Amino acid sequence: MTTDGADYERRSSAPVIAPAQPRKLAKVPFVELADGRLQGVVSSGSDVERVYVSSITAGDHGLSCNTNNNRPCGGLSGGSHPCNHLRALADAALAQYGRDRVARYLRADLADDAADLWSGLHTTAAPNRAAEVFASFLRHLAYLEVEPATDPLPELQWFPAAAAVR
Amino acid sequence: MLADALRGVPDRLDEALSLVDGVDDALVHGLARIDEERAAALESLAAAFAGSPLADRVADAIGKILAGTVTDEHLAALAGARAALLGAAHDALVSSLDTALGRSRQASAPAASTTDSGHLLAGGRSWLRELAIAGWRGVDHELAGGAAQAVQSLLATPGARRLAVLLDGFAAELRAAAPVATLPRIPARRWADLWTRALLLAQGGYPVPPATPVDGRLVVLGVDLHEHPTVFRAQAHALLETSGGRVRLVRTSVAAAKVDTISGPSAWRMLGAFPIFRAVLAERRTVEVSGMGLTPGGDLIWDESRAAAGEPADPFAAARVRLGAAAALPVDVLDRHPAVLAEPVLLEGYRPAGEAFDLGGGVTVALDLARLPAAGPLTPALVASSTACLGLLRWDGRWLLQPLAVQAVVKKKPVAVHGGDWALGPADAKAAKAEAAAGTAVDVLRERAGRLLRK
Repeated sequence: MTTDGADYERRSSAPVIAPAQPRKLAKVPFVELADGRLQGVVSSGSDVERVYVSSITAGDHGLSCNTNNNRPCGGLSGGSHPCNHLRALADAALAQYGRDRVARYLRADLADDAADLWSGLHTTAAPNRAAEVFASFLRHLAYLEVEPATDPLPELQWFPAAAAVR
Repeated sequence: MLADALRGVPDRLDEALSLVDGVDDALVHGLARIDEERAAALESLAAAFAGSPLADRVADAIGKILAGTVTDEHLAALAGARAALLGAAHDALVSSLDTALGRSRQASAPAASTTDSGHLLAGGRSWLRELAIAGWRGVDHELAGGAAQAVQSLLATPGARRLAVLLDGFAAELRAAAPVATLPRIPARRWADLWTRALLLAQGGYPVPPATPVDGRLVVLGVDLHEHPTVFRAQAHALLETSGGRVRLVRTSVAAAKVDTISGPSAWRMLGAFPIFRAVLAERRTVEVSGMGLTPGGDLIWDESRAAAGEPADPFAAARVRLGAAAALPVDVLDRHPAVLAEPVLLEGYRPAGEAFDLGGGVTVALDLARLPAAGPLTPALVASSTACLGLLRWDGRWLLQPLAVQAVVKKKPVAVHGGDWALGPADAKAAKAEAAAGTAVDVLRERAGRLLRK
């Protein structure tokens, strides 16, 4: 009984996702690693109705930043030098997922003492993905409107609540 | 004695699990790339079913898959065979535990009524088929994201929540791990479990157990918390006392959709629709239930309108007096799997020994410390200083004890700490502050949703 547990490969409860760390959401309400991109939404500093939709592709590190009304971000303006929205997005991703997971996903070559993500990226310009990313954000928000459930949901036995970081 | 179950391994359990490994390994590389070794493993799976009611279907499906034809029907038979083996493993484990605990359990009856969300299920099935063909190693960003549309439609469909929640959690893991080819270790058993269960749930006509109304008093023993990026669920294990002094072990649960940035103690905020449920946990009260539905598998379908908070009750005292004689209910036939085994027990008179309890007589039980959630006050240190523990016995390659509540001595004072103590918010000042900060996440997102969703 005191022997070590079963191999990772042979455990039903093998942990896969490190739980997202809590972070302040006011500036960057949404970040995700999905569809081969680090992507998310950054609140505009000046207009509460406006958000910027920013993304960095995995591998090519292609940058894109537009408003939710599909106007190009003036700070990035189609270039490969990150605007403040992209910088805020990258910082939020590091806070939420941790540097290892973000670096692995983007295939970024990050030195151990790197202060931020940018030293590990070779940025290029990427096509506008605002519509897809914004749709993804709306899907994300829509979870808050899904009705609660009292069904037994037996499969949740495979998903223990995130343990505290100790 | 519990020690007997903890020490022994049911007959031929290893044999059944090694057949399961054969399916799991085939899914790592994909059914389109089965080499000789993996083919032999699948053939021995087919051979193991000879003489069973599944014999022909399993043999036929495996033959066709090895010949390169992978249809929904073949996959259903493969998943069925794997589920049957794990169901048998579950039964053997439960039976050894019941014998050791002297727990009586009713025989299970197959459920009759069924769901049908026809075309919606097809979307899920086609993603699961692509996964099986590509194998986990073939999962790239695109394939990992391929379930999104199916999940959205299933979430919006009453009766399809179970499959929606499972697919969503599974897909989130694949997305996080993609491209899986570069992952150092693959959780083969786990992903095959999730794939199998999802595939079976995505068959038309999956049975839904009927619920029968019951009246009685519910004494909560403890609460188990479940979570993936888009769901948070509190599941209470409780004693249901009904007229005539009958006491049954039941579960009752409430779940809410959420997003990954809402986690830890603030996740309780998402369960705002269930004030009685949360108060009962936080204040450790009994519940008077009237006409609440109970399934044959022991799931009480929580309904706030049929619940009233009762007297305060000490779960340890209740467990000492009533748990021993309480009758357990049989897990639904199709749900059986060692991973769903979560049997409430009260342990006393042990000696904490590292990440295990020494029960004496050379028997120890390992602690499942990964199941001490951030949303509750239990910590490894508290468990290590405990003198009594209410917990769930689980099995994942070995027996594990998941603590749900402990009695311990802290600074020379006896304390009782329960996993549901924070259901109405953390009592501990530091945790309360962190919760308040994290809790604003919910408000920020709701504000954003209000502004952007309805345009």
